[in-house]
Amino acid sequence: MLAQLLASTLRVSTPLIFAALGGMFSERAGVVNIALEGMMLLGAFGAAVGTLVTHSPWLGSACGMGAGILLAALYGLFAIRLRANQIVAGTAINMLALGLTPFLCKILYDVTGSTPPIPIDQRFRTAPLYLSWVLVLVCWVWMKRTPSGLWISFAGEHPEALNAAGIRVNRVRWLAVLISGALAGMGGASLSIFLSSSFSRNMTAGRGFMALAALIFGKWKPVPTAIACLLFGFAEAVQIRLQGVSLLGSKPIPVQFIQILPYLVTILVLAGFVGHSRAPKAAGTPFQRE
Amino acid sequence: MDSSQIVDDTTAAVELRALSKQFGGVRANADVNLRVERGTIHGVIGENGAGKSTAMKILYGIYRPDAGEIFVGGKKCVWASPSDAIAMGIGMVHQHFMLAGPYSALDNILLGAEPVRWGFIERKKARERLESLARQYGLPVEWDRPVEQLPVGIQQRIEILKLLYRHSNILILDEPTSVLTPQETSDLFANLKKLRDEGKTIVIITHKLKEVMSFTDRVTVFRAGKVTGEVETSRTNPQELANLMVGRKVVLSIDVPPARPRPETAIEVQGLSLAGPSGSRHKLSDVSFSVKRGEIVGVAGVEGNGQSELLQALLHPRESRCRTAGPVRYLANDVTVWDAAKIRDLGVAVIPEDRQSEGLLLERPVSENFLLGLQRSDAFSRAGFLRLRNLEKTATLAVEEYDVRPRGLMNTAGQLSGGNQQKLIVAREFQRQPQVLIAAQPTRGVDVGAIEFIHNRIVRARDEGAGVLLVSSELDEILTLADRILVLYEGRVVAEFQRADVSERELGLKMGGG
Repeated sequence: MLAQLLASTLRVSTPLIFAALGGMFSERAGVVNIALEGMMLLGAFGAAVGTLVTHSPWLGSACGMGAGILLAALYGLFAIRLRANQIVAGTAINMLALGLTPFLCKILYDVTGSTPPIPIDQRFRTAPLYLSWVLVLVCWVWMKRTPSGLWISFAGEHPEALNAAGIRVNRVRWLAVLISGALAGMGGASLSIFLSSSFSRNMTAGRGFMALAALIFGKWKPVPTAIACLLFGFAEAVQIRLQGVSLLGSKPIPVQFIQILPYLVTILVLAGFVGHSRAPKAAGTPFQRE
Repeated sequence: MDSSQIVDDTTAAVELRALSKQFGGVRANADVNLRVERGTIHGVIGENGAGKSTAMKILYGIYRPDAGEIFVGGKKCVWASPSDAIAMGIGMVHQHFMLAGPYSALDNILLGAEPVRWGFIERKKARERLESLARQYGLPVEWDRPVEQLPVGIQQRIEILKLLYRHSNILILDEPTSVLTPQETSDLFANLKKLRDEGKTIVIITHKLKEVMSFTDRVTVFRAGKVTGEVETSRTNPQELANLMVGRKVVLSIDVPPARPRPETAIEVQGLSLAGPSGSRHKLSDVSFSVKRGEIVGVAGVEGNGQSELLQALLHPRESRCRTAGPVRYLANDVTVWDAAKIRDLGVAVIPEDRQSEGLLLERPVSENFLLGLQRSDAFSRAGFLRLRNLEKTATLAVEEYDVRPRGLMNTAGQLSGGNQQKLIVAREFQRQPQVLIAAQPTRGVDVGAIEFIHNRIVRARDEGAGVLLVSSELDEILTLADRILVLYEGRVVAEFQRADVSERELGLKMGGG
């Protein structure tokens, strides 16, 4: 049973890891990304539609990433180009995704609830899981060893220094936000065509925010963040496992109650650790050259 | 490139010709001509807002000039961005360092100029080159330490290495000594001299006449956007430079007659300790001192050694974060649990450390700023309503008396220059007829003319019986005004002197923890 629980943990952590790594790029570059949730949701939708059209999960997830990038571009337009308040712009993006997906669903399939199911042979079996962990390592090396990784870090910590070094801060931020859209989209894709068999309305259910929490818990570093995702994934796996289990021989615990668990863990973790975690200094501050 | 740059010895390293720049109708530079000779240390001085930084930022490519030309090594240059200036060998150390605290010295230096192989940064190669540069110029640094753990003097060294690493031949330093101890300052200038002797050209923007006199070869003086003089340092003197800066004759150091302290105590703290957040080291440990009425006690120290915390504990004893011990007494009242308004009503006047965030509402008119903190006094309020006519009358007189320019009461505080903002605060605080005056960095970023004025006022307050606590990181200010001097280092009072008994050198050593 424990092995099952762990396997389940790894699987349900996958979307969180993708999204959290996406968030890492954007936040390390100084753009707070609460729009992660919306990018994930549109990514999940895009991947489902893409798979239904192309019959390939690979092409499908590419569509999901594309959808995430599109939304990220819109977010970047507000947050970087127009220097809007990032929380407000991010919230708007989330609401947009929440409304847009059923709308598109209605146009395409004449239902608002969910897309038609994707046949099992057209879905991912395990690929996203491995891919996510490969990505953790790639991101780690990327941030530590490459020039663009260093630029991203400085864009979030001291953008003026980056500017003075002759690098365009907002270009770096654009790059980071678009990457974050792609990864959040991939996170969404692994929800709709890996963990389940279709897109359904608001299927992210706060996972974008959970990814953010993991990012904070992981101090904006790839490996600790991924481990934090595992913690949240574990809470979710336990939650799934506990559904229908009855305690003390009485009636089963109401499922809604059990479903609180991952969110509860998120809150506890954030309440307990945020104070000790130091965000990139310039996160949330738009950059403007003198 | 190197050989072609050396045209001949008579070519200036940098020449600005007829440079002009406006910011939305405000003339920042008008017809500025400036010539910096190769292999010299060149001082650029002027009061705040005189246009010296603007001119240097144009030279560095941050601003584009409206008119005029830039020549580097005899070649006419037009910059699109700082990268162009960097490519021509110009580098700048900004007043606020361009360093990201959590990252290593090495990464901070490499940024934007990383040696790359197969897409990865070659840190080893960069380090080797830096180590040889560090040896050549005598600027050792711990490469792998996060910058925030290094002292300010070393951080500045990192900034200079950044420029050398980028092959800069012309180094511009903007107010390089504002955060340094006297010892760090003399180290810096020793290093700069070495750089000059190795053939670099150095431009220093500053408002400190003493530094200009002792360390530069030539000086250009700015006033109101124009160059008012360019002289050889050896042929001038501080008085002449100050007059050029201000445009009238200024008194550089006022004569302060000795104090006649009264027996009553104005401020007294005993064993004051203040712990930083989450169990970190004490921000203040066991600080005890007292200030008598009629004397000025100076608190000397490099910024960040507990001055802000001390002020916080004195002004908001009740709200001081993580307060652990020690009563605060004003005029024999224990005020430890009092709120700020009640304390102020005792006759406590405050010139805050940061006038823009703590002293003024920049968006509001001068008259309202004058009222701040006095709004409940009988003079300006009756039955819950402001007595606006009284306010206008009093404020008009005060603005006149304290020479706040421009005179208009309806200008916003943000429209005033730094010196005039400060004079406005002094005018307001002195309305209280202070018995206790706490003056924190009272002349920071204030021009020479206003410094003279503010210093005179502080001394007058003392002679009228106020106990004055003067917190300043300007050693000259402390040595001019204070009757007794305390040195704050890492949150402790490490030394106490009578002014007459101490040399600047001795004070400087104590400030550096020596």
